[in-house]
Amino acid sequence: MMGVLDRTGTILRRTAIQVLPTMVGIIILCFFLLQLVPGDVADVLAGESGSATAETMAALRARIGLDQPVLTQLVTYLTNLAQLDLGRSARFNLPVTQLIAERLPGTLLLMLSALSMALVFGVLFGWIMAVFAGRWPDRLLQVLVLVFYSTPGFWIGLMAIVLFSVKLGWLPSNGSMTVGVTLSGWDLIADRAKYLLLPSLAMASFFIAVYARLTRAAMLEVQGQDFMRTAAAKGLHPAVIQFRHALRNALIPVTTMVGLHLGNLLGGAVVVETVYGWPGMGRLALEAVLGRDFNLLLGVLLLSSLLVIVTNAAIDLLHGWLDPRIEAH
Amino acid sequence: MAPLLEVQDLVIGFPQAEIVHGIDFHIDPGETLALVGESGCGKSITALGLIRLLPQGAAIRRGRVLFEGMDLATASPRQMRDIRGKRISLILQEPMTALNPVLTIGRQIAEVLRRHEPISAAAAERRVVELLDLVGIVEPQRRYHDFPHNFSGGMRQRVMIAMAVACNPRLVIADEPTTALDVTIQAQVLDLLDGLRRQLGMAVLLITHDLGVVAQWADRVTVMYAGRIAEQAPVGAFFAAPRHPYARGLLGASVGHEEEAHYTTRRLAEIPGSVASAAGLPGCPFETRCPEAIPACGIRPPALEPVAAGHRVACVVEAARTGANHAAAHG
Amino acid sequence: MDGSTSAAPAPAAITTPLRPAVRGRMVRAALRNPSLMIGVLILLAVIVVAILAPLLFPGDPQDMVADPTLWPGEDPQYPLGTDSLGRDVAAGLAYGARVSLLMGLAAAVIGLVIGIAVGATGGFFGGWVDNVLVRLTELFQTVPTFLLVIVIVAIGEPSAPVIAWAIGLAAWPGVARLVRAQFRSLRETDFVMAARALGYSAPRIILREIMPSALAPIIVATSVLMANAILTEAGLSFLNMGDPNLMSWGSMIGDGRALLRTEWYLTALPGAAIAITVLSLNLVGDGLNDVLNPRSGQA
Repeated sequence: MMGVLDRTGTILRRTAIQVLPTMVGIIILCFFLLQLVPGDVADVLAGESGSATAETMAALRARIGLDQPVLTQLVTYLTNLAQLDLGRSARFNLPVTQLIAERLPGTLLLMLSALSMALVFGVLFGWIMAVFAGRWPDRLLQVLVLVFYSTPGFWIGLMAIVLFSVKLGWLPSNGSMTVGVTLSGWDLIADRAKYLLLPSLAMASFFIAVYARLTRAAMLEVQGQDFMRTAAAKGLHPAVIQFRHALRNALIPVTTMVGLHLGNLLGGAVVVETVYGWPGMGRLALEAVLGRDFNLLLGVLLLSSLLVIVTNAAIDLLHGWLDPRIEAH
Repeated sequence: MAPLLEVQDLVIGFPQAEIVHGIDFHIDPGETLALVGESGCGKSITALGLIRLLPQGAAIRRGRVLFEGMDLATASPRQMRDIRGKRISLILQEPMTALNPVLTIGRQIAEVLRRHEPISAAAAERRVVELLDLVGIVEPQRRYHDFPHNFSGGMRQRVMIAMAVACNPRLVIADEPTTALDVTIQAQVLDLLDGLRRQLGMAVLLITHDLGVVAQWADRVTVMYAGRIAEQAPVGAFFAAPRHPYARGLLGASVGHEEEAHYTTRRLAEIPGSVASAAGLPGCPFETRCPEAIPACGIRPPALEPVAAGHRVACVVEAARTGANHAAAHG
Repeated sequence: MDGSTSAAPAPAAITTPLRPAVRGRMVRAALRNPSLMIGVLILLAVIVVAILAPLLFPGDPQDMVADPTLWPGEDPQYPLGTDSLGRDVAAGLAYGARVSLLMGLAAAVIGLVIGIAVGATGGFFGGWVDNVLVRLTELFQTVPTFLLVIVIVAIGEPSAPVIAWAIGLAAWPGVARLVRAQFRSLRETDFVMAARALGYSAPRIILREIMPSALAPIIVATSVLMANAILTEAGLSFLNMGDPNLMSWGSMIGDGRALLRTEWYLTALPGAAIAITVLSLNLVGDGLNDVLNPRSGQA
């Protein structure tokens, strides 16, 4: 038998081994994709200032290194990356690492909050649906879940603004914190939570539906298993049986899917951050695309992919804890 | 001696169909009663009905299950939970799926102890290790923390047995406990169960379709056919002279209970037809397959009539024959 | 958002090639399946509106036709009101249906073709080919999907074909995983072994022997794929990265957002149109899953 520590170690090692080729793969993929983009940052900056000459643009390209052959650019980028240098953003004229470091906490917070919300409500709804399978709580939640499954998250976010911010005035509709006041302790947490609630809901809604459907199916499948009858034959209370024996088994297929959906979840941040004016990497990526700022875009792509890999490792750990049959290999 | 468990006129059904059509039997303290029949005859449903763990949709429609002064057919869910695992426990057929794959076996055994006894976690763990030792698992201290998938099939069934006897129950219901196991392991597991029965003074309801198992480990046998009891007898009398035509057919179809009747030396006798042909018949369910059927068989299901001490059979023809013998003897 | 979502059936679910008798039973099961029937009816209604849009609303939906920000019901000639530029919302919704359906379909087909090609190749051949393709699939699943779509759209110009390609390119990994799992389990079956023994070529075995058996889950995945493609397209045009020449539901939401606090119907109506269309596709997907895959059906 493999100890928990062994398993943790193996998963972390596997993640570390996986990170490098994935990163290089993404860089190469993106580098060549980005070469196909018509126009570069010099064009955009020139267009904005309206007074650029051919010489100043050439000088700008030379400064950024855009006049070099693609392969040279790629090698330079990889060399810099090895020293944890993501290059400079031509548009903001700041190091990319600095720009990303400013935005990373916002996106991280939003992603974790949305993921938790999706898991908690998804599993809860799925569980309730399975317990009441075929009866009205099940049917009611099935309709709700299907609506969440079919509705764009950003639109749910906009409608939530109309309801909770405009009509009811309960929650703020823009930003990530109250500006101009100094808060501490619980007030600070309450303030942040208020700002976090609606964006998380918008980002999570689709995934609440996905996990609710998965949990319902898995819970129904578990009900027919022999070990559920064994548990009942021990004289356990039905609630204990459901919680201790059914839920944990049902969560195994759910966590498998969570890993596959992380990229989608994080992608949703681009739109949701725009809707709520949330200072995160999603909006940074959008600005980078519109400004043809490739160093910045590549940095955001890399960091968000890294975020997916790391979160995936955390989910793997959870998965390994849930399902001891999976010996990490 | 008062029976440990007495079933009276038990009827179990799904909404669309009745599965068990009013059966009577009893289990004495400390004995092994074998419940025998083909798959689909209602023996497993009967066993699950006794502790009210029927599959979704199935329910007890009528009858009584008397156990320690209580009718389990009408007991409250709470009362049933206090009985399950403590007074009556259950061993299922397939030990791989009967154990929760994501919990350690130690925890799964401790769970039943802690449910029924005021015992600390540490004391429960010590008891579990003793139990694992009792059922013949080597290095019980270490295996406590193992998961079901770390065990072989036979070992898993030993774990199930440890779980079943943990609270020293009066009755263990074993639903085909060795069907899923290797033939060489079967005898070991049944020996273990039988030894524990003697040691702990429990009764065992052994559900099986294997007459070899019945011959070797049961005290009495109850044969079920299509949701009814066909014959009830002490094991010796049953194998010496089965009275129901179905039971005779079964013995013809079964090998291993007599030395000379090995499958290499004797053809397996098959009973023509199938259990399904019993559906919707007004009379004896075995009529369509019975070589001795007479017109009277088709009128109503035959009642279970005593033919000798502790030996009862549900067959019009047999009852008439016995009656004639009695008449001859007395007349 | 790709097709790897919950509607993807268990890989173990292998169906045999459809025989006429089986097909007849399936048609009857389909007619009795309420979610499939409701989904098909809604979808047909949306398709009819999309086809009839030029007849119902002659003229360019981008034209200003009336006073701006008329609320729904305020002017009977414009039952769903007008937007901030005085454009007819009803006309916009009708033309938007064409864009959403066509983009969804095109992206789904692209994602499906790539996914099937990658999944079938990897699943059938195994070995290092499979290894490389699995790595590639994982790579695409690691990059946040929507970011990838944005980058690809930025590479081309925001025209309808480019957007369809971008969404399809981001959506294929889910299909590839599904198809690969199907192929891996079917590869070992007797009828495939027999075909190999007869010396049939790999493409023939893939197309004639395995594909028909792997079809059911792929059909189910297609409707989910299309549903998700419509959602992605909506997000893209909401961010003003859609085709500027087309009236799309997502861009209508984006336009309406500026007036969210007062004229919230401008946001609500196109969003509802998206939700209803995607809902119908998901209903069809769920229904098909029940019909084609009865064992996986939920109680």
